[in-house]
Amino acid sequence: MSELRIAVPRGALFTPTLELLDRLGVATLELRVNDRKLLFEDVGIVTMRPSDVPTYVEAGAADLGITGKDVLLEQSERDLYELLDLGYGHCTMVFATVAGEDPAAEALRRLGVMRIATKYPRIATGYFLGTGRQAEIVEVKGSVELAPLTGLAEGIVDLTASGATLRENGLVVREEIASSTARLIANPVSHKLKAPAIDALLERLNAL
Amino acid sequence: MVDRIPSGTRDFLPDEMRELRAMTDRIRTVFERAGYGEVYTPALEYESTFARTDSTESGPAYRVFDELGNVLVLRSDMTIPIARLVATRYREAETPLRFSYFAHAYRSVRPQRGQSREFLQAGVELIGVTAPEGTAEVLTVLCNALDAAGLETYRIGLGDASLYSAVLDRLGVEADGRERILSELANGDFVGLQKEVVALGLNPEDADLLLRVPQRRGGPEVLQTLPGPLEAAAAGMRDVHSLLAPEVAGRIIFDLGLVRGLGYYTGAVFQVYDPAYGVPIGIGGRYDDLLGQLGRPLPAVGFALNVERLHIALTGEELDPAHRNPRRVP
Repeated sequence: MSELRIAVPRGALFTPTLELLDRLGVATLELRVNDRKLLFEDVGIVTMRPSDVPTYVEAGAADLGITGKDVLLEQSERDLYELLDLGYGHCTMVFATVAGEDPAAEALRRLGVMRIATKYPRIATGYFLGTGRQAEIVEVKGSVELAPLTGLAEGIVDLTASGATLRENGLVVREEIASSTARLIANPVSHKLKAPAIDALLERLNAL
Repeated sequence: MVDRIPSGTRDFLPDEMRELRAMTDRIRTVFERAGYGEVYTPALEYESTFARTDSTESGPAYRVFDELGNVLVLRSDMTIPIARLVATRYREAETPLRFSYFAHAYRSVRPQRGQSREFLQAGVELIGVTAPEGTAEVLTVLCNALDAAGLETYRIGLGDASLYSAVLDRLGVEADGRERILSELANGDFVGLQKEVVALGLNPEDADLLLRVPQRRGGPEVLQTLPGPLEAAAAGMRDVHSLLAPEVAGRIIFDLGLVRGLGYYTGAVFQVYDPAYGVPIGIGGRYDDLLGQLGRPLPAVGFALNVERLHIALTGEELDPAHRNPRRVP
């Protein structure tokens, strides 16, 4: 398999991805014990933030990659093949506001525009455009839940797995935008030139 | 204050220009020897010329008004200007006609390495020769040009623009379902494709066909055991392949999934790949309807190489010997 270089996401998808690789017979022990090292040449693995995986795969710096559908939706302009739904890492992209009367609806009604904080500006922009509502998208890099609690925004668009963080911060889901799982993606040129290796891997993944 | 240049454009300085020029000179020699005379057309054309053709997503992006209020476009490729040239300057001329070009085209791409909004193309158009002979000739010129450029490990994906539509026709997939399927395919989203195919409620065998066909790629075995609706396209590809000299045939990867952003292509389509670079270096194919749309119905085939990408692949091969094939393809 080391004929292929695979971009593996650190973060929430890291452990289930390593379990998947274990079942394929890849030696992942070094990845588990050495969390500063990024390039594991013997097993053809590079590790990175999930949102960087499409960048490496599109450029051909990795042949294959594993990342969330949420990342792919946010970076939909990238030229990639999405080969397989790996089924794990399930979470939902939601529109949420503080509990009680919906402040976003009120802002929309009285001020014409609602402010939405998000780490996913393109998904949020596309969603409110598609549902015919005017929204000002405020991009933040972390802890989106803070925005509606401090008056930065009336609502948020964010990814949630269990909803626990939302609840702890007094937020409720108003609408579900999309659901997400881990996906296997491929560089289009690698997909042509390394077809036997990629197809063999797909077959083994499908057989698991 | 520093004067900037528009996003997606850049300056070329002497070291790079020298390498690019040396490469294009070698390619020009190949084109000339094969009988493809070089032409040049204006970078600006009337918008109406492009609007009359089936150019799709990669159509013109930049428009200006002239002093009379006419809408002009910066050409997004050279194929349509040359089709216009044939329909006007060679209205009565005997065919076949062979032209080559080295010219810039303009598209609103997301700027990154190898993705410029102004980019140099090197290509040929062969007008008046049908498949399979015309297609085989152009593939041969393409390989000779890539060899002359100095590329060693390149491969050419060969597909058929009409193939997937033929399958959809045969299975009676129409309207919305068809559009959604083609859109997933154009996005390279096989997970989405599977969802759309399942939603059609076809019998398992037909569903399997829609899912598997676009992922079939590889050697001549790809064309074997193809079901009925694919046989015509497969026979076309086999015919082309059988006309190729071994050194050209050895470069071909059959790719039934080659359907992305095809616009005016009607039959055979091809893309140039190199393991040293993760992005296709060139594209080509048959466009048997385009000249008719501009007033002189003739079959035609051609290709365009992106010179900047070719240069990136070439330096990539030089820098990373691991990409080199230990044995040359047969």
